[in-house]
Amino acid sequence: MPMVQLLILPLAADYEVRNVRITVVDQDHSTYTRQLVDKISASAYFDLIHYGNSYEEALQFIEEDKAELILNIPPLFEKQLLTENTASLFIAVNAINGVKANLGGVYLRNIISDFNQDIRMDWIQSPGFSPRPIIQISALNWFNPLLNYQYFMVPGILVILVTMVGAFLSALNIVKEKEVGTIEQINVTPIRKHQFILGKLIPFWILGLIVLGIGMVLSWLFYGIVSEGSLGTVFTFAALYLLAVLGLGLLVSTYSQTQQQSMLISFFFMMIFVLLSGLYTAIESMPMWAQIFARFNPVTYFIEVMRMVVLRGSSLFDIRYHILVVTLFAIVLNGWAILNYKKRV
Amino acid sequence: MNFPLSIESINLTKRFGDFTAVDSISFQVKKGEIFGFLGANGAGKTTAMRMLSGLSKPTSGSAVVAGYNLEFQSEKIKQNIGYMSQKFSLYEDLKVKENIRFYGGIYGLTDQQIKEKSEFMLHQLNLGGSANTMVRSLPLGWRQKLAFSVAMLHDPSVIFLDEPTGGVDPVTRREFWQLIYSAADRGTTVFVTTHYMDEAEYCDRVSIMVDGRIEALDTPVNLVNTYKVKTMADVFVKLARKATRGE
Amino acid sequence: MKQLIYFIRKEFYHVLRDTRTLIILFGMPIAQIVIFGFALTNEVKDSRIVILDLAKDETSRAIIDEISVSRYFDLTGYLNSNDEIERTFREGKTRMVIVFPPQLQYELSHNKSSTIQLIADATDPNVANTLVSYASTIIMDFQRNTTGLSFPLDIKTEIRMLYNPQLKGSYSFVPGVMALVLMLVGAMMTSISIVREKELGTMEVILVSPIIPFRVIIAKMIPYLVLSMINVISILSLSYFVLDVPIVGNLFLLLVECFLFTLTALALGLFISSVSDTQQTAMLISLMALFLPTVMFSGFMFPIENMPVPLQLLSNLIPAKWFFYIVRDVMIMGTGFDQVWKETVILIIMLIVLILVSIKKFKVRLA
Repeated sequence: MPMVQLLILPLAADYEVRNVRITVVDQDHSTYTRQLVDKISASAYFDLIHYGNSYEEALQFIEEDKAELILNIPPLFEKQLLTENTASLFIAVNAINGVKANLGGVYLRNIISDFNQDIRMDWIQSPGFSPRPIIQISALNWFNPLLNYQYFMVPGILVILVTMVGAFLSALNIVKEKEVGTIEQINVTPIRKHQFILGKLIPFWILGLIVLGIGMVLSWLFYGIVSEGSLGTVFTFAALYLLAVLGLGLLVSTYSQTQQQSMLISFFFMMIFVLLSGLYTAIESMPMWAQIFARFNPVTYFIEVMRMVVLRGSSLFDIRYHILVVTLFAIVLNGWAILNYKKRV
Repeated sequence: MNFPLSIESINLTKRFGDFTAVDSISFQVKKGEIFGFLGANGAGKTTAMRMLSGLSKPTSGSAVVAGYNLEFQSEKIKQNIGYMSQKFSLYEDLKVKENIRFYGGIYGLTDQQIKEKSEFMLHQLNLGGSANTMVRSLPLGWRQKLAFSVAMLHDPSVIFLDEPTGGVDPVTRREFWQLIYSAADRGTTVFVTTHYMDEAEYCDRVSIMVDGRIEALDTPVNLVNTYKVKTMADVFVKLARKATRGE
Repeated sequence: MKQLIYFIRKEFYHVLRDTRTLIILFGMPIAQIVIFGFALTNEVKDSRIVILDLAKDETSRAIIDEISVSRYFDLTGYLNSNDEIERTFREGKTRMVIVFPPQLQYELSHNKSSTIQLIADATDPNVANTLVSYASTIIMDFQRNTTGLSFPLDIKTEIRMLYNPQLKGSYSFVPGVMALVLMLVGAMMTSISIVREKELGTMEVILVSPIIPFRVIIAKMIPYLVLSMINVISILSLSYFVLDVPIVGNLFLLLVECFLFTLTALALGLFISSVSDTQQTAMLISLMALFLPTVMFSGFMFPIENMPVPLQLLSNLIPAKWFFYIVRDVMIMGTGFDQVWKETVILIIMLIVLILVSIKKFKVRLA
């Protein structure tokens, strides 16, 4: 089941913005506007789904969720541009979907400024124009030149799966023993408590590493993601990380009496951890309190490490700070859980 | 026969696919009788009981329970039987009082009836001060007795008990059987399955199921004589050994 | 009817006694709203960048000044050579490196052209895109201002954000959170509460009693229906008063639709309980078969239109998807019933099918 998640989630979690549906309201119908519309419809980012005269009509498309963007070309656009040297275009965006609105607007603006450049070039050809200094900008996309969104998501989702195995299952499993009553039997046997806890946790520790291994193989098979950095680095970190997460699961289990409770508690914390881990949205954009929380969230560190090692090829030395923090987590969480366990059971 | 019949089973059969769990059993139970229903694990006694109490539909055969036909008058039957299963059937996170009110309520008792009955019952069980206790915090034996009394709340004419004393200490078991006797004295028919052979000897009549069939049915004394052994336990071992089904 | 009241009262005891669960059930939507509303934004700001300034002349310094005051960027340091670029990225210290060529000013004045390099960490493609676009805009603006020239044939563009002028994430999150919480309370809790009775053996006792199975189901559902509706109201008021998400459409219509979706969730819970025997199974089924798709397809985290076609087709089976559309249309876009009747009908059909199937399953189990 976790494997199915790994295969399906990245497909679903594709935030790449393309095929933005656009309607153009052309009230000018001039040569320039037709050139512009051609340019838009040729772009891979946009689907021109309607080309008409009325803004009201276009708005209807937005309301019915058939389009995300409206480009409104006012009457006499070309004439104004040629006589007054400047003219305006209006873009209206359905901003309920923030990402799409933002990027859709950015792309459309880029196309328009390209177009602007084109017609300017034509105009410059005519005599009487002296060249001005121009700063060119060249943009390079490192580590993911094709801007493949799955590169971004797959390692992150893998982290979530490993965390679920570690925290969820171990908590559930221990609480189940509690509910069924076997834990009392174990408490009367000569087995020491820490031996019992270790015995419970080691299988999940191994399971977590196996899930990670299978996950890496699957992401190579299905998404062509090969780790840039060494696998040893990934697994070394994962081994430490799992210790911290298992401690978390243990902690949850000491605080809950029934499986239902432990599941709800784990679910509640997992949700917060995942949302505030930078998996979906950048941590720097969060308000201060959320950034502080993210620093106290083990998931954050593993996601960062995965993206660093797998995508950028970072080495053990590069992630030394992360290793230190996760080790601290492991010590604190397990210590707390064991103290609590002794008190309660 | 002097007494009216309370349960009459005619060729009652239950099949699960190829497996015949209960193979055409027929027997009669009189009103006010304590009828012991014995058998090794897997002999089919729980299935038979589930059919009689309406939890499971017979594949073939028919039965009359509490004077009503199992097939056509199951709603009437439900109103007139009580049921207590081997699993503990009260809610641990509810108070004693609340459990009583709930079961009384679903049997359609009025508030007044529930109040009177529960007072009487708690008094009888010496639980008078515990009406507001969470069931969770009662000892197991008390809980079982409470569960029995709750199952008797609506004065059913037949009560089905599925291994009611599992895991209970001998003293409490004896007390439990006192409750069963007094119920039978008041005219309630008791249909009980058990693994304890001493309990089998408390019954008026006992049937022993082997491989889905009733192998023997008589009073405990007659059974011991027929099989020329000393105790009910010997009778049981002698019959159960014939079983071909595994556990 | 009286039987039913007794039964419902008992169910409320169960729910109210388990305070831990109750706290989480009510705390969940609040935590989600706070996180979604305040912590998660699609806006890109304060991104860490470093600069490799090989020019160190007036122009480069002026541009760096412009960039460092921008709220989009958090200038964390300077590099000394090209060799350091890769290492900075590897250590995860930066999202973009801006490289100014040596002799920027000289090239500009003599060759009339020079190139500034923006190297973005494209691990997160959308952030990379946005950062490049922001940086380009700053540099172009700088050029426009310093050269003091007006470009010929200048096309200005004005963008108007409809419905959500501040690009708040909460606008699309609120309907999603609602779908998620209602699924949790409705489907998962209901199914667990029914299955628990099966596990404990109390279900048998109830089935032996004269109460009609249909009433058992109704009694099980009502407390969770009440909980769900409380959650709906708390989510709506939180998002209205705290997050300033407007309720543009008809509030009554919105509540009716929420009610309908809650019923669907309850019916799903019923269905799950009819196919599982232990609480653990019920939980796993709810979590995997129900929760995940709800998160995936309710459109608040993952854009449905970007998914591959088979997944898109699959998404049509998920009630949360339709509910998401309804809430978004009614609450945020303010459309009337005439716009959402199709989605409503789909939900009603799902509800009926689920109830029929589970009643049938329920009966089969009795036989």
